Amino acid sequence: MFEGLAEKLQGTFKKLRGKGKLTEKDINDALREVRFALLEADVSLPVVKEFINSIRERSMGAEVLESITPAQQVIKIVNEELTALMGDKRSDVVFNSSGVTVFLIVGLQGGGKTTTAGKLALHYKKQGKHPLLVAADIYRPAAVQQLEVLAKQIDVPFFALEGETPVTIATEAVEHSLSHGQDLVIIDTAGRLHVDEELMEELQEMKDAVAPQEIFLIVDSMIGQDAVNIAKTFHEELGLTGVILTKLDGDTRGGAALSVRKVTGCPIKFVGSGEKLDALDPFYPDRMSARILGMGDVLSLIEKAQANVDQEKAKELERKLRTQEFTLDDFLDQIKQVRSMGPLEELLGMIPGLGGAKQLRKIQDEVDEKDFVYLEAIINSMTLEERNNPNIIKSSRRKRIALGSGRSVQDVNKLLKSFEQSRKLFKQLSEMGTGKGSRKLKSMKFPFM
Amino acid sequence: MAGLFSKLKEKLTKTDQKQQKSKLKETLTKTRESFVSKVKQLVTVHKKIDEELYEELEDILLQADVGVAATCRLMDEIRQDVKKRKISDAADLRNLLQGKMKELLGEDVSLQTDFPPPTVILVVGVNGVGKTTTIGKLAYRMRQEGKSVLMVAADTYRAAAIEQLEIWSERADTEIIKHMPGSDPAAVVFDAIQAAKKRDIDVVIIDTAGRLHTKVNLMEELKKVRRVITRELPDAPHEVLLVIDAATGQNAMRQAELFKEATDITGIALTKLDGTAKGGIVFAISEELGIPVKLVGTGEGIDDLDDFDSDEFVSALFADDEEDEYDEYGEEDEGEGDDE
Ligand SMILES: Nc1nc2c(ncn2[C@@H]2O[C@H](COP(=O)(O)OP(=O)(O)O)[C@@H](O)[C@H]2O)c(=O)[nH]1
Ligand SMILES: Nc1nc2c(ncn2[C@@H]2O[C@H](COP(=O)(O)OP(=O)(O)O)[C@@H](O)[C@H]2O)c(=O)[nH]1
Ligand SMILES: [Mg+2]
Ligand SMILES: [Mg+2]
Repeated sequence: MFEGLAEKLQGTFKKLRGKGKLTEKDINDALREVRFALLEADVSLPVVKEFINSIRERSMGAEVLESITPAQQVIKIVNEELTALMGDKRSDVVFNSSGVTVFLIVGLQGGGKTTTAGKLALHYKKQGKHPLLVAADIYRPAAVQQLEVLAKQIDVPFFALEGETPVTIATEAVEHSLSHGQDLVIIDTAGRLHVDEELMEELQEMKDAVAPQEIFLIVDSMIGQDAVNIAKTFHEELGLTGVILTKLDGDTRGGAALSVRKVTGCPIKFVGSGEKLDALDPFYPDRMSARILGMGDVLSLIEKAQANVDQEKAKELERKLRTQEFTLDDFLDQIKQVRSMGPLEELLGMIPGLGGAKQLRKIQDEVDEKDFVYLEAIINSMTLEERNNPNIIKSSRRKRIALGSGRSVQDVNKLLKSFEQSRKLFKQLSEMGTGKGSRKLKSMKFPFM
Repeated sequence: MAGLFSKLKEKLTKTDQKQQKSKLKETLTKTRESFVSKVKQLVTVHKKIDEELYEELEDILLQADVGVAATCRLMDEIRQDVKKRKISDAADLRNLLQGKMKELLGEDVSLQTDFPPPTVILVVGVNGVGKTTTIGKLAYRMRQEGKSVLMVAADTYRAAAIEQLEIWSERADTEIIKHMPGSDPAAVVFDAIQAAKKRDIDVVIIDTAGRLHTKVNLMEELKKVRRVITRELPDAPHEVLLVIDAATGQNAMRQAELFKEATDITGIALTKLDGTAKGGIVFAISEELGIPVKLVGTGEGIDDLDDFDSDEFVSALFADDEEDEYDEYGEEDEGEGDDE
């Protein structure tokens, strides 16, 4: 259902190829695709409209019209403008130079406020701060206990008062921190709808009472068109200082990031990428923009790969690919490396064009643990010569290998075929890395290939 | 493995894709208010059907999270019908569209809870959508109907999830089966089914941990829970409710797809309709996956739960936000509870 914008634009311009020079109408067609892509990624409509308007002029310029790769040019513009809009990579936070710093955590119900409060506490504890976690959600059943459990998990002091209002709890918590040597007070509040005037007022009172340095709006990254309404109201009522996007570990395109950023002008300071308390990451505008455009979170993939890959080996491999020396041993090595990078599904989700859940599931089904074991067994049953030069593996050798590995001849055939395909694929991918291959992944190096 | 690489290759080499066909017209010169304008107003302003009216209708659908594909399809159909049937009055256009949208939702289907006891209801969904709260409300409703209810605390993962369900079980006056935090959810469920049989429970409602549909191991865990239920009670679970937050965008489609695959969803509970979000993604879900919406959540209170009513839902979609249509929508049989 969601193809990347890149594919769509290529389709649009392909139709025009051979027609000669591009016209304004052609560009309008392309911009329409951009519009769809952004809407499919859940960017709010008013924000989409404004954005398209803002890139229209640039898109009509010579940079696109006279290009032989107009799709790439449009994508480049969209990506650049989107990244610029998304702001800086900025997780810096305002701290009081003396005394305590107060964070107020606000947002809708279920967005991840309590969890994020815990994550922030852990994050700043690691940086030498002395956080205090404050339970000011007196409405949701067991919300106080939830925060208490989290505080224990990370060994951070916890503050709650039974039978008091959120305003009193917040005020007393700050008092408490002053006399107990805590320098960072993180106040978890109850989830509330932006249209709930009474509860929005309560937040204002809390703000007035504790004068927080940071007011973080917690936004679920799966949220749709309503993002503008929510962010706008929270910002108007409270004057937010930052946004934290949660649940980015799923496959949402996360267009809400743009909507929220646009209507509040606040920086997105962190993103949540898991239920565990260490799953708090800095925000990278370029990655977010690629994600929204359906180009996959290639950078994260690469980073992940890099963390797991022996750089020397990778270089050697690149050389081999270029010189066509890629062997079955390398093949096995590659598979092992890919596997060592963690859950395949997570990894594949980040590859451009592979985000589709259906395909993911299929692939997942086809590469279960068993297959890897069989594959290894078959390769291990080959002689060194065979591994280095698979072309010599003719029918009698295939029979022998099958017998030796306990698999069928068909399995051996399948493996050899898949090796051949992979050799081509790896080659292709590595060429993308060097700028020769497909334009789509230009300049994106796949170190493990 | 062959599969993996051939798929990868396929994806990476494919350049041209099907063109999205649609008549959605760019409306780039205008910047509009972010709030949806009322169709009624539209209709009186326009009276006649023109491009601008189409565009505004389109905008309403898009802003309700109906999604690009479904919106395009709907608008194409409407345009064709207008031509074919020579419709010229704007008011008729509105009815036409609402009718089509109701068609997408199909017949209203309510939650079935009258199986030979125990009826087992499994509640699933991504994190924070309102599973536990919906269970509290549903259990309360069942109790009002005089049924005995057993809640099952099979979210053993989230901090204080068990305590949260316990509080709801006190509020709704039901029994509860729980284990220690961190224990195997399938084991909790096994115990619960045994207990339900022994204690002649009418309805068993199982709370599960929130999980993103993309996490394969967590989805496997859910399948296991389902298998355990079916092993102990061959016809169960009788209902598998996927809880979706109305504010969710297009990702809800993925959620529905993958949860359906893993647990064979029988219905959707659409929560948080008391906000300004419209929950329009359920049109696509209903059309493409045939999963009906059965319940709607309209607040955090114990009786903020309603059966889904497609008429009301569709009109709410076209109502003006300033009228607070969701409150009306939700309060329908709420506030009046005391009168009975
Ligand atoms: N997968 C994932 N789950 C998250 C993330 N942040 C929070 N959650 C989950 O979302 C649910 C709601 O979180 P909670 O902190 O209780 O939300 P609150 O109601 O806003 O306080 C819980 O199940 C959390 O574990 C995240 O970044 N990723
Ligand atoms: N406004 C509103 N809030 C809701 C509704 N349903 C649930 N919630 C809130 O959403 C948050 C998450 O609910 P919970 O049941 O814990 O979600 P779970 O993680 O899916 O079990 C809580 O703060 C609930 O009070 C609803 O219909 N309307
Ligand atoms: Mg909370
Ligand atoms: Mg829950």
